[in-house]
Amino acid sequence: MTAEKVISTDRLTKKFGDFVAADEISFDVYKGEIFGFLGANGAGKTTAIRMLCGLSTPSYGEATIAGFDIYKETEKIKKNIGYMSQKFSLYEDLTVLENIKFFGGIYGLSDKELKSKSNQLIETLGMSVEAKKLVGSLPLGWKQKLAFSVAIIHDPKIVFLDEPTGGVDPVTRRQFWDLIYKASSQGITIFVTTHYMDEAEYCHRISMMVDGKIKALDTPTNLKDQYHANSMDDVFYELARGAKRKAD
Amino acid sequence: MRTLKFLLQKEFRQIFRNKIILRMIIGLPIIQLIVMPLAADFEFKNINISVIDHDRSSYSKHLTDKIIASGYFVLNDYGNSFDKSFEQFQEDNADLIIEIPKNFELDLIRENTNELFIAVNAINGTKASVGNAYLNQIITDFNREIRLKNSTPPRLSQSSTIEIENLNWFNPFLNYQSFMVPGILVLLVTMVGAYMCALNIVKEKEVGTIEQINVTPIKKFHFILGKLIPFWVIGIFVFTLGLFGVGRLVYDIVSLGSLFTLYAFLSIYLIAVLGIGLLISTFSNNQQQAMSVAFFFMIIFILMGGLFTSIDSMPEWAQWIAAFNPVTYFIDVIRLVMLKGSEFKDIQKQFIIITVMAFIFNTLAVYNYRKTS
Repeated sequence: MTAEKVISTDRLTKKFGDFVAADEISFDVYKGEIFGFLGANGAGKTTAIRMLCGLSTPSYGEATIAGFDIYKETEKIKKNIGYMSQKFSLYEDLTVLENIKFFGGIYGLSDKELKSKSNQLIETLGMSVEAKKLVGSLPLGWKQKLAFSVAIIHDPKIVFLDEPTGGVDPVTRRQFWDLIYKASSQGITIFVTTHYMDEAEYCHRISMMVDGKIKALDTPTNLKDQYHANSMDDVFYELARGAKRKAD
Repeated sequence: MRTLKFLLQKEFRQIFRNKIILRMIIGLPIIQLIVMPLAADFEFKNINISVIDHDRSSYSKHLTDKIIASGYFVLNDYGNSFDKSFEQFQEDNADLIIEIPKNFELDLIRENTNELFIAVNAINGTKASVGNAYLNQIITDFNREIRLKNSTPPRLSQSSTIEIENLNWFNPFLNYQSFMVPGILVLLVTMVGAYMCALNIVKEKEVGTIEQINVTPIKKFHFILGKLIPFWVIGIFVFTLGLFGVGRLVYDIVSLGSLFTLYAFLSIYLIAVLGIGLLISTFSNNQQQAMSVAFFFMIIFILMGGLFTSIDSMPEWAQWIAAFNPVTYFIDVIRLVMLKGSEFKDIQKQFIIITVMAFIFNTLAVYNYRKTS
């Protein structure tokens, strides 16, 4: 693994009134890494991701994303990241092709790039029949694969995936992870949150968030050794058991 | 600019795919403009009158006939008991009671003077006062006829009377439609613009697509322009459809003034109204909130914009509210241009005010729209 840091945070914190959603989180993510960001519901994962993407301003703490400052250079950060939220966020009343071209277009791709990218993307996803169908008519798993592909259409340095496979069947999840590996092999850093522990095993490194704090951070193998567990499931239980916050 | 192209392409595609919005854009102006002006008519007809005639003379008969012949009144009851007429009053069957006293004819001839009693049901204040005014006019007229009949010529010439001759400028036949249709058109354009624009953006918030937009390097200014332009085009389309499709074809209303002036004002006005829509959307998190807020402002805009009631006759505080209401200025301008043929130099003040409003609302909206929370 190369040592180039693409995400680096130092005591990054977000408060909503008295509630500390993300409490002094510090970690580094390296280029090309698949970084798993785990935690129970309400642990503060989404808050952290939103800060890293420039959607939410931190209360205090420092962070650089792709080398840009999280406070002053949010627009530069936005050029260099992709984001796929919990909620499905392509336009359901546009077709597959129209969505690809729209998002590609607002990221500043040229007409030529748009054409080659969309052809390539549709081919990879095997959606040539569906290309002219409205996105709203596609099954969820397909939508998620499409949303991921659109999120990396501009070849970002990092892509943030907030529970991308929630509600998706195992076969499609497997295909989804194939896409993730492919992107990772192209040098895109993947920052992913998930509740599926089998997916956690696919990650290079994992951080575990409990009550807004990062409680553990290591490779899946080391974590299992450290907590004397057979699976990531057990590691998760071990760590999340101590949570005081109620799941939302 | 390229970003804007993609935004506009997307916006128009979505609008044209939404069947309900399409129907709203085409159906709403046609239906509202055909139905509303017919109903919003200040000319009262069919005022129910109850006549109590204690005299039953040829004079009292003549007066009653004259009232009915005017066409404004419907004789609801003709009797000689006040109590009975009052019952009609209480049951809301009569709007006016006129009581003709005993010896009406006799006294009138002998003493040259007499009194009539008129009672008005003032629940519907406008109807009552308009009815009262009509009735007074008829009685004055009746009075004159009698004087002519009974007075000897020399006496008549002694008492000089002032005759009032009315001439209605700019709307010679007091045609309420040519007065109301342009005003209603203004309301339509306002509603279509502000509502659709506000709801469109808030819908993106609800669905979550706005977050996907906010995470792109798109500029706030571009995003807002991408929302403004499509609804501006729709606003112009709705106005044109209403003005030519309904105003000219159905009501035969032709603008006296220049259409260019009218459209120039409309263009700026739409920017102001869309700015309000944008501003509402930046404050609302869901369509329900946006709808309620937009509804609140729309009611004020409609009632205090001078469409139904004259702003000059409002109390001072209300006039101040009207002065901050964009609808006021467009209703003013559209009537001046269409009915009076006013030119640009006559409505400069309104142009300046609406331009300032457009600037303020949109600046606030851009300022208040946050890509980062």
